[in-house]
Amino acid sequence: MTNNPLPLKDRMQIQRHTMPAQAPQKRVSNFNEVNQGFSSELAREEAQRCLQCKDAPCSQGCPVHVHIPDFIDQILAGNMLGAADAILQDNLLPAVCGRVCPQEKFCESRCVLGKKGNPVAIGSLERFTADSTAADRAARPQGEKPAPTGKKVALIGSGPSSLACAGDLIRFGHEVTVYEALHAFGGVLIYGIPEFRLPKSIVAYEVDVLRRLGVKFEKNVVIGKTLTINELFDEQGYDAVFIGAGAGLPNFLGIPGEELIGIYSSNELLTRVNLMKAYQDQSVTPIFNFKDKVVAVFGAGNTALDSARTSLRLGAKEVHIIYRRSEEEMPARHEEVEHAKEEGVKFTFLAAPLEFLDNGEGWLKGVRLQRMELGEPDASGRRRPLPIEGSEFTLDLDLTVIAIGNGSNPLLRDTPELQFTRRGTLEVNPESLQTDKAGVFAGGDIVTGGATVISAMGAGRQAAQSINDYLSQL
Amino acid sequence: MFEIKDKTKIAPDIYRLEIEAPLIAKKFKAGQFIVLRPLETSERVPLTIMKTDPQAGTITLIVKAIGLSTRQLCALEKGQTVADLLGPLGKSSEIENYGTVVIVGGGVGTAVAFAVAQSLKEAGNRIITISGARDQSFVILEDDLREISDELIMATDDGSYGVKGFVTEQLKGLYARGEKIDRVIAAGPLPMMRFISDITREHNTPTVVSLNPIMVDGIGMCGGCRALVGGKIVFVCVDGPEFDAHQVDFDSLMRRNNAYRGIEQEKEHACKLEAEIETVQHDQ
Repeated sequence: MTNNPLPLKDRMQIQRHTMPAQAPQKRVSNFNEVNQGFSSELAREEAQRCLQCKDAPCSQGCPVHVHIPDFIDQILAGNMLGAADAILQDNLLPAVCGRVCPQEKFCESRCVLGKKGNPVAIGSLERFTADSTAADRAARPQGEKPAPTGKKVALIGSGPSSLACAGDLIRFGHEVTVYEALHAFGGVLIYGIPEFRLPKSIVAYEVDVLRRLGVKFEKNVVIGKTLTINELFDEQGYDAVFIGAGAGLPNFLGIPGEELIGIYSSNELLTRVNLMKAYQDQSVTPIFNFKDKVVAVFGAGNTALDSARTSLRLGAKEVHIIYRRSEEEMPARHEEVEHAKEEGVKFTFLAAPLEFLDNGEGWLKGVRLQRMELGEPDASGRRRPLPIEGSEFTLDLDLTVIAIGNGSNPLLRDTPELQFTRRGTLEVNPESLQTDKAGVFAGGDIVTGGATVISAMGAGRQAAQSINDYLSQL
Repeated sequence: MFEIKDKTKIAPDIYRLEIEAPLIAKKFKAGQFIVLRPLETSERVPLTIMKTDPQAGTITLIVKAIGLSTRQLCALEKGQTVADLLGPLGKSSEIENYGTVVIVGGGVGTAVAFAVAQSLKEAGNRIITISGARDQSFVILEDDLREISDELIMATDDGSYGVKGFVTEQLKGLYARGEKIDRVIAAGPLPMMRFISDITREHNTPTVVSLNPIMVDGIGMCGGCRALVGGKIVFVCVDGPEFDAHQVDFDSLMRRNNAYRGIEQEKEHACKLEAEIETVQHDQ
């Protein structure tokens, strides 16, 4: 029994709706959100497309297993708070996930409608649910607090894995403290993903929801330096620790000239812009002048696209994404690639940098590139790029952003007892997410290397369950 | 947290600040630094710790009000708090009994030099300290340095206090008098550290410099502080701040430190204008 007034046949006649967006020529001159979200009418029509499958393959495709048909059915019933609650059972950050999840790789990839046409726009509906209930959710009284267990858990890092973990642990009745090294909470949600994809007010709202549930947030504490993991147990009295410290160490290309001025890592550019608000005139944190400049971004993931689109918004005249493989292998979200193209980002495929060129005063003036061709698939399953001899060419540039991925932050590596892989990621038991050290669990990018927000959240929930099991046996 | 417990002006635009930060006071080892934001609206600035008092839970910073953020910090009064303070960051100095160690401090770099010298003294080294200042009014930390030095050479560029001349000449003087120097540690402006390193290279003296590049996060996230050491890129905030002076590419570092000069001056100009407009409006 569902609240959908339409027979199955009619549901399949409705075409998938896309969210209204700011026009490309307008949005490149501001940092406001590109996607404007569904109206109630659009949301309702889109919700009517859902077939309410019994086995809900979409839900199985979601790393945190949101009961998708249930929340969609509540939208159709006109019960928005009910829809929100159906999501919140499994996902405390719906406004975030509705915006930044690559749904085409997760829930929407399993939608039955996608087999013959377009899947239900699950992400857009999740976002609509979260946004349209934000005020009501903030106003409603907190339900009954769970009985306190008297157990204390410390979470290292305040990114998506820790936030998801904290949300579950507090509902189990544990005392939860999140330690963050930076001066704002949210990890990559606050310093990495730009305002035009994820407004920072939304991250602050979701952190505040957790705070009202009882989660404590401590900034300016870098575990490994200010406090060690052993001190968390021995001196601060924690019973368990979750490490969600992420993969925040930027990789550089390792080619000559990388120390020249005018070359940013994507992390530096995005931190200056997102966390330090360097795009605002009144910001104290400086940033290179992008106005009328030619910019190259190396890499082809979401971070590269975020960097390219941020460069445009800072006033760049021309922005190139340079990638050593072809368009097919780009790891970025499809929607973001489309948005970047609409905004005028230029793509150069099958080219790799050899050397950055100095203008004689230590500033970047260009890059020497080499054409590539694709060979056999490598360990990652993608075809390996091979250099074409004699194909070198030079591109004149003013600024460069390097967005070729991140390694795990090195600050915890000094902790004896923790086993790190050669890549710098943490070894954990795949079932329990427990490290080699008793009571210490880890999840998200520190374990997997750079991945997605929703996978990190899935790991955070999995760890919360294991931590709860572990604590119940103490 | 982070309350300013004490503030003293020790030279023109140079302040000695004691700030409450018990966790950092307990953990700090010589050579490490902190990242601080004076106000909620400020940028993040790296600063070196001179010393700590773990019992009182305080750290002592020597700060020169040179740009917007350091001016904001130095404008705070005793009893006020700083918005954010993160640390201790970076690797600590390698402290061993080397024999005779010459410590060279210039300007506020003298604060770093003090912390390292103190630890080296405790490890049994014979400490010769050379402290340089532009003139008598900029001489700082003399009493502190005297306490931990077996020999202290105070030098001013114009000879208005102590001996006349740059710290480099004093170091040359030590070699000239036949002093057997086992290690040199220098902290101060980049040109000074480079000249020191040129001198010690001739004498094959192992030399360590504490680098001071532009930083944002200070925890290895951005690479804004990267430098070329031994032909390889290092992140000063996590791999340093101390490096083998003879491996450091000072030229590129000096250029990188000036990367925002024009932009910062513009911003400061705009800020001063705003302040002036505000003052005028208040006066009316």
